[in-house]
Amino acid sequence: MRRTYDIDGKDFSVAGAASSDFKVLLKKLGIPGDVIRRVSIAMYEAEINTVIHGGGGKCEAEIADNRIVISFIDQGPGIPDIDAAMQEGFSTASEQIREMGFGAGMGLPNIKKYTDDFQIQTVVGKGTTVTLCINL
Amino acid sequence: MKVAELADKLHLECLTKEGDLNLEVTGCYIGDLLSWVMGRAMEGDAWITVMSNVNIIAVATLSNVSCIILAESVTPDPAVLEKADAQGINVLRSTLSSFEIAKQISEVAGL
Repeated sequence: MRRTYDIDGKDFSVAGAASSDFKVLLKKLGIPGDVIRRVSIAMYEAEINTVIHGGGGKCEAEIADNRIVISFIDQGPGIPDIDAAMQEGFSTASEQIREMGFGAGMGLPNIKKYTDDFQIQTVVGKGTTVTLCINL
Repeated sequence: MKVAELADKLHLECLTKEGDLNLEVTGCYIGDLLSWVMGRAMEGDAWITVMSNVNIIAVATLSNVSCIILAESVTPDPAVLEKADAQGINVLRSTLSSFEIAKQISEVAGL
């Protein structure tokens, strides 16, 4: 089963809508609660990153027999230093974004923590694709 | 202890109409950084915050907290309560500080 979502890069009020919708689907399918929690956390972080840093993009989520694979694709500025971005507390978010409660520098570390596999493909100036896998 | 009982004992103002007040409060988490809360608040927690923008509702929905308690009489953005009701999230409010609220939750709920 597959779902795709457009992620709006300007409207913070709908940030998290894709993650919320996908969570409802997982619940309907009877996916275990602990798996739903991990998917929700990782997906929300990736969705927020797509809004804040990617300027919006697309999300493709697939539920297969043995795993859930979710990709976030943006055409944003890319990540110049992935090692730095993976460190807890590192953030390039603006002061305005921080005032909204984001930019704690926990996004990518949270994704890594709650997924079984996590890949980042990024090209500076072209965009980023973040793919997360959670085993069922 | 259920959210309704907690609201009653702590004199919390219930700002939403469509939340499930029968949800069980099984813990408490204090935080304003949304990623921090997402990754660490546990299902059933009463989440105490002074953050009042609409994004708190997405975090509450995804982390399965039993309720959001806005501390120190924080006034939420208008869209917050609308979205909370649409998602069935309890939003409560207190005049007290986060510390005082957490202390009282611990006392009355035996946590």
